[in-house]
Amino acid sequence: MNEILGMGGHGPYVWSAYGVTLVVMVYNAWAAYRHQANALARLQQAGAEQETRAKPTVRQIG
Amino acid sequence: MNAVPIRRRLWRAFHRLGSPPYVYRLAGRLSPWLGVTSCVLLAVGAFWGLVLAPPDYLQGDSFRIIYIHVPSAYLSMGGYVLMAVAAAIGYIWRMKLAHGLAVCVAPLGAWFTALALVTGGIWGKPTWGTYWEWGDARLMFELLLLFLYIGYMVLRMSFDDREKADRVSALLAVVGVVNVPIIHYSVEWWTTLHQGPTLIREGGPSITMDMLIPLLIMLAGFSLFFGWLLCKRLQGEILRRESRTRWVRTLAAEAGA
Repeated sequence: MNEILGMGGHGPYVWSAYGVTLVVMVYNAWAAYRHQANALARLQQAGAEQETRAKPTVRQIG
Repeated sequence: MNAVPIRRRLWRAFHRLGSPPYVYRLAGRLSPWLGVTSCVLLAVGAFWGLVLAPPDYLQGDSFRIIYIHVPSAYLSMGGYVLMAVAAAIGYIWRMKLAHGLAVCVAPLGAWFTALALVTGGIWGKPTWGTYWEWGDARLMFELLLLFLYIGYMVLRMSFDDREKADRVSALLAVVGVVNVPIIHYSVEWWTTLHQGPTLIREGGPSITMDMLIPLLIMLAGFSLFFGWLLCKRLQGEILRRESRTRWVRTLAAEAGA
């Protein structure tokens, strides 16, 4: 186990490179899902607003 | 017998790729498979590369950075070519979906370019004795690639009109593609610090099988990962571009119910 962590004295380099890669990839996955979810949420909001606007107001009925 | 000739069927399939609702559903169906497969490949490849592969006779264990550095660099260049081809198709055939694809590649490509530069720098310290060398051609052109991706995104932001942004940014994407072969051949044209090619070279890969197999697994894992995120981003981009169409409104209403 120590041998793997130490990487023959190159441990800090190897593990920091893999660590940065993991962080960047996880962030990108999160960002991609958020990108789609945001688009959908904005559409639903716009749809809901339009629905309330479409309902006739009291004055229009009167 | 089905009377539709194969060529016409292929043509129809190609045309469907221009249809936003079809591509939206296709991306949605593909993404979970791409996500699971890429994560499995990345886990297997990383374990193989970090633990099972033997240390390099010259570089020791620091060579293990190759398993993330080479796939990142490959995606940074492959992503740019994909972006430029998509932008060119969008420009020539006025295909909005192709522009949308180019837009989705840009942030992903920029991140993998940054990753290639950072992991390369970390690898350079124990190998070359320095994180960064201004005189190295490969490093400079890879940095230029990052600026091209960022330039593409910033240029788009300067337009309010999406169609104008599509057309102008496509020109930048296409012109910048010249940089990709320069990056590839830079280590042969100018011999400075960066080592020569490992995989795509005359005489085949210069690496033993027990080091090569995890590299190929990681290349596949990174590519599928890129494809997975591209599918998700493309779905979001299609929703934004098609927000006024009936099918997107129905979809949003159904998702909200």
